[in-house]
Amino acid sequence: MTSEQSSKSSSRNGSNHLLKRVWYSTSVPVFAVLLALLIGAIILLVSGADPLQAYAALIKGSFGNTEALSRTLQKTTPLIFSGLAVAFAFKAGLFNIGAQGQLLFGAIVAAVLGFGIHGLPAVLHASLALLGGAFAGALFGAIPGALKTYTGAHEVITTIMLNYIAINITDYLADGPWKDMTPGNIVARTPKILDTARIPSVAGLPLGFLIALIFSVVTWWLLRKTTIGFEIRTVGLNPNAAKYAGIKVAKTIILTMVLSGLLAGIGGAIETQGVVGRYQPGFNTGLGFDGITIALLGKTNPIGVIPAALIVGAMKAGSSQMQFSAGVAKEITDVIQALILFFVAADMIVRWLLRIRAAEEEKVTLSTGWGQQ
Amino acid sequence: MNETFALEVKNITKRFPGVLANDRVDFNLRKGEIHALLGENGAGKSTLMNVIYGLYTPDDGEIFINNQKVEIHNPHDAIHAGIGMVHQHFMLVPVFTVVENIILGSEITKRTYLDLNTASKKVKQLSHDYGLVVDPDAVVEDLPVGIQQRVEIVKALFRDAKILVLDEPTAVLTPQEVEDLFVVMRNLTERGVSIVFITHKLKEVLEIADRITVMRRGKVVGTTTPSETSEAKLAEMMVGREVLLQVEKAPAIPGDVVIKVSDLVIKDERDLVVVKDVSFDIRAGEILGVAGVQGNGQTELVETLTGLRQAESGTITINGTIMPFQNPRVMIEAGIAHIPEDRMKHGLVLPYSVADNLVLCTYYRPPFARGIERNIRSVYDNSERLIEQFDIRTPSPLVSAGTLSGGNQQKVIVARELSRENHLLIANQPTRGLDVGSIEYIHKRLIEMRDSGIAVLLVSAELDEIKSLADRIIVMYQGNIVATVDADKISRSELGLLMAGSQVANIPSLN
Repeated sequence: MTSEQSSKSSSRNGSNHLLKRVWYSTSVPVFAVLLALLIGAIILLVSGADPLQAYAALIKGSFGNTEALSRTLQKTTPLIFSGLAVAFAFKAGLFNIGAQGQLLFGAIVAAVLGFGIHGLPAVLHASLALLGGAFAGALFGAIPGALKTYTGAHEVITTIMLNYIAINITDYLADGPWKDMTPGNIVARTPKILDTARIPSVAGLPLGFLIALIFSVVTWWLLRKTTIGFEIRTVGLNPNAAKYAGIKVAKTIILTMVLSGLLAGIGGAIETQGVVGRYQPGFNTGLGFDGITIALLGKTNPIGVIPAALIVGAMKAGSSQMQFSAGVAKEITDVIQALILFFVAADMIVRWLLRIRAAEEEKVTLSTGWGQQ
Repeated sequence: MNETFALEVKNITKRFPGVLANDRVDFNLRKGEIHALLGENGAGKSTLMNVIYGLYTPDDGEIFINNQKVEIHNPHDAIHAGIGMVHQHFMLVPVFTVVENIILGSEITKRTYLDLNTASKKVKQLSHDYGLVVDPDAVVEDLPVGIQQRVEIVKALFRDAKILVLDEPTAVLTPQEVEDLFVVMRNLTERGVSIVFITHKLKEVLEIADRITVMRRGKVVGTTTPSETSEAKLAEMMVGREVLLQVEKAPAIPGDVVIKVSDLVIKDERDLVVVKDVSFDIRAGEILGVAGVQGNGQTELVETLTGLRQAESGTITINGTIMPFQNPRVMIEAGIAHIPEDRMKHGLVLPYSVADNLVLCTYYRPPFARGIERNIRSVYDNSERLIEQFDIRTPSPLVSAGTLSGGNQQKVIVARELSRENHLLIANQPTRGLDVGSIEYIHKRLIEMRDSGIAVLLVSAELDEIKSLADRIIVMYQGNIVATVDADKISRSELGLLMAGSQVANIPSLN
């Protein structure tokens, strides 16, 4: 293109440039959700239920009153963290499927610090447990980072395998050394954490949700406004140019995985300290995997992760109400969530359906080539 | 007129948002001719060819094959109409064999099984008929670039192409490979194939083309023949103003030694020694040219000098300090500027804004950052200043570098590298793939750097570039420095002989 022509056109379009960008980056996720709901409605219809009634109950159960809203925010909190963890790793071109495992370690370490330490004041105790969970997640995230850097093992493979390791280690700990020995308990779970380690709700607003919002902003700031974020994004977009520019690619990859694991770990810790009150196997299932849907739905933007997590969290919170008052199996929300992931990941379908032009944006590398360094 | 054209387009108009890429373009191709389409990057040559090949739908205009109007909506239609295209970046599967690549998309099958034997025979027959020697069973990634290009041509002929579009075919070739390609092109036209030859290299056009059409800013400027025109005239048609084809420079005034390279031995990925005991030094205020056909160790040498590659042994000394290997940042901070060979791979982060690309190597330093916090304002100010100073044509500092033309992308790199405090500039193929205007610009900047007292290492496969810019020349052949000569003491052809492996003893003027 000739420069004169293009500069003319850019000044003409300058005013609605921002609007366009917002439209470009939100149109696909929004329509993905709507399409998923539409197909969900068809499934409901076919199975003999009234979709309008079902969706009304779903909304009522998630936003209908203070209690419902509080439940939604609680469900949303760990999802924001796992979404952030996955989105953050995406920025360095890494596909962290291990958020689940990192989250489990965060959850169990927060629990053990929560029931194992006595005599600390509330704020200190809760912070300590949270930090412990964060540290555990970070440590567990460092493993695939180091494996990738030093051996070239692809993080998709290693994080999938590390998830199994995490599930089985935490299962063992909760049924062995850290088992709740209260007389009569036969369930694999840790003791209840002390009240001093709990992250409470204030006037129905879970503090954990507030922490999640803060971390979203901090993550955004780190990626967008700091040299560390610049290094991470450069490595993600062009590792060769990163090396050329003097960025230590290996160090950056490990750091990214550590921070990604840290975010997931905090998510697990808050779930323990704010919702479950102990570590119990099975209670955190899927939270880490939902992070993949949420990261993609949020366009891997740390701020975009918030509404994305809210949608998934609301469906989790409202599904019981839907089952109760509309007689629809709550699993339909899982189907809708899967459809959302499908349409976001295969965004070409949505673009084609809606004739949306591909945005000029920093594209997300879902996964760099196998075996490619 | 009742002449039959192999291909004729009339009134082609193609608009992109904000840009008129083709403005009522008329173009015709006679049977069996080589018609060069000449123009700067962004002049609309590739757009026109993509319209003809069905990759773009024109907003207006008509296409005729043998004077019959045709509708081309996709490459399939184009192939059906007998049009074959060889893209600048090859569309080959590296791990497939030649024959597998050639039949890809038009597989010959026998009861649902691939019939590679028949295909292989057909490929051999084609190779023989057109004088395109290529081994059907070789794996593509093992072949030199020139042969890979030949595979692309055979691929088009395999699909019965009568019209061949070659998009910048010489950009990736060595001088010898270019000669081979020209022989192939003449062979093809003798056998009735018509060729559109897209390029911006003036010498080649004059050498090979039957007719030349020049485009500028989406329009056809004119059509001429080699006998009616000259390099200078063509350059003026392309750029729209007079262009200095010859670099003007004063004699060098060399100062102290800036970089001293001693006994450097370097291995490549396959663990082969590709640079053998290389030693040289460069003084402030002189340009040392490294001549050599691509693949004789220059790439690895530059990578080692810029900290991207480990050396087996030897030392690099800059201003008296021995430098560590494999630490690009230390090299940057020691005052080395690097214009890399592959601007897409190393030089730029294409999705990043021009502004961010302009601080790619200095983003962590004041004023662009304080602690870990980036100062976006000063990054932006810096970019506005450099865009102005280096005449980078971009609608805004915030558009992504990937949207700029090749020449302007190179200017972004040049601006970034030259705006630092430097002692040594390493420029590896700095004008590859650029148009006349941009080449003139880059050459001027290199001379300016030299004259401001910077040591310059220029690696180039272009003989003319080395000859006209360098003060001293080292010739690399198979990892050795086979000659070190003053630039004005050697002729172009002697340099060519040395690059091809001739001994210094056989060059009279050097003895």
